[in-house]
Amino acid sequence: MTSSIPVAPTIAPTIAPDSGATVELVGVVKNFGAHRALNEIDLRIAPGEFVALLGPSGCGKTTALRALSGLELIDGGRILIDGVDVASVPTNKRDMGMVFQSYSLFPHMTAIENVEFGLRMRKVATAERRTRALEALEMVGLTTFAERFAHQLSGGQQQRVALARALVTRPRVLLLDEPLSALDAKVRVQLRDEIRRIQTELGITTVFVTHDQEEALAVADRVAVMRDGVIEQIGTPEELYTTPRTPFVANFVGLSNRLAGEHSKGTVTVQGARLELLGDPLPDGPVTAYVRPEDITFAARGIAATVVSSSFLGSLRRTQVRLADDTLLSIQHEVETRPQPGELVHLKLRGVPVSAVVRS
Amino acid sequence: MSNATRIGTEPSKTARWIILVIVGLVFAIPIISMIEFTFRVGPAGGYTVDHWTALFDPANARNYRDLFQSIGNSFILAAVTVAIVLVVLLPTMILVHLQFPRLRRVLEFICIVPITVPAIVLVVGLAPVYSVVVKVFGGSIWTLAFAYGITVLPYAYRSIQANLDAVPVVTLSEAARSLGAGWLSVLGRVLLPNLRRGVLAAAFISVAVVLGEFTIASLLNRRNLQTALLQVSQSDPWVAVILALLSLLFAFVLLLLIGRLGSLGRGKETTP
Repeated sequence: MTSSIPVAPTIAPTIAPDSGATVELVGVVKNFGAHRALNEIDLRIAPGEFVALLGPSGCGKTTALRALSGLELIDGGRILIDGVDVASVPTNKRDMGMVFQSYSLFPHMTAIENVEFGLRMRKVATAERRTRALEALEMVGLTTFAERFAHQLSGGQQQRVALARALVTRPRVLLLDEPLSALDAKVRVQLRDEIRRIQTELGITTVFVTHDQEEALAVADRVAVMRDGVIEQIGTPEELYTTPRTPFVANFVGLSNRLAGEHSKGTVTVQGARLELLGDPLPDGPVTAYVRPEDITFAARGIAATVVSSSFLGSLRRTQVRLADDTLLSIQHEVETRPQPGELVHLKLRGVPVSAVVRS
Repeated sequence: MSNATRIGTEPSKTARWIILVIVGLVFAIPIISMIEFTFRVGPAGGYTVDHWTALFDPANARNYRDLFQSIGNSFILAAVTVAIVLVVLLPTMILVHLQFPRLRRVLEFICIVPITVPAIVLVVGLAPVYSVVVKVFGGSIWTLAFAYGITVLPYAYRSIQANLDAVPVVTLSEAARSLGAGWLSVLGRVLLPNLRRGVLAAAFISVAVVLGEFTIASLLNRRNLQTALLQVSQSDPWVAVILALLSLLFAFVLLLLIGRLGSLGRGKETTP
């Protein structure tokens, strides 16, 4: 049903906020018993910016979002919205819209009653409430479903209603807690693009939590990669992909091959190729270098390898090969080249900078 | 055996019917006998509707005044007990579910304990407590509801807990709070409408338990429906049986309503 949704019209003026707010986390600490979930997080988000918090489960990304919303109280640091510390302001007074991972529509209300809820809490008059709720539903392309209950809507539609519900009160910040993870792949991409479109039109400061790196790269202005309660690196999707500062980021964002190499004075030698080292300096000696699948190409001569398998991925092909020392590598290349399993090939590394870690 | 998780084989169709008929007779024979008894003229035989009409005849109102007062007492007790469940148990359960999930096992244990304590044992403990209760609240019949509030705990707890487990209470209240709702709005506008089934079931079953209670009332020298029934049965067995039948019918209707609430809910949860 979601595929029939028309391209929504431009956002109605009553929903558009005056402008996005600045969001700042300063040295935010959150403990769960002995476990430190957030370890002095610093993060500054510009007005109208779309920031994704990306990381594996347990890295603290959801805790950071819940701390922002007030659903978790922090144990240290400050949370500033437009320069005002809101760390001790309760959730219902923080004026932030939130969309949850699990379906969170009130089951006893229709879609439009759900959207009206926040306005009702703000004592908006009935007539205005209706108008604004309908506009919000129009924004997500669901006006015809206004009178349906949650159980009569698909998962994607429920999350659209939840988005309309979160935005109808013109909150200062929009918080999205893995809103797409319960949806089918196709609906996920569709709704992801729609969230981005609506966010751009409204200019609302948005924080989006996800464990899906593809999702984060596709949708965010900046991505903060989190690990063990700290932000490992924050940057534009391109920065993270091309210049990962740590091996963790290189590994987590996009695919990376691990290749044994030697490091000396900022240059990593891998399989005969001399590559520039990315990120913090390393001591000279043996290292493991992280090389992207698209930075390895087939060549007439070079590193000898045996093809293990090859998969067609639509616009490109990904081939697994095994080196003489048993290392498995992924190579990404154009679909016209069709390596056969067992075939002997030769490879070459492109001369791009790589990140690396000391090999013990 | 085709189904590995099943213990033993399913009874055959004939066996099932035999079991159903036997169980049905066990329940039906006493009830039918009671109905038959209320129409008897006397030990000699012959049938009449006089016993039924006499009970509701205004001319006999004086004779049955105590009896009807006792029935009234039972309804007052039922109402106060339900109020205790709604005002004390329900908010406690919601609070524990949302804010203190670690206390859930403790609360469950406390609420289930009364089912393991025989009423007669409970009374031994309650007697000295009630000497204090009478001093504080007076000797009105409704104070007995404090004791009933404890005896209905297991049933009320189960009904409400089943509903709490079926509804994503935490997410719904977080969503409501993020939309600007204070705790009272969360409770009144979001949680209670979604816990309606469990709360109603808890209320109905509490009423059924209170209307059927004899031991505590009798041993604490209070008058309720059951103690009055015992008393009246010594002078007028027909009236006692008629009232027993009526209270049985009432409880039956209550249980049917609970069943109906449950099936309505199941129908609603199916997604298209």
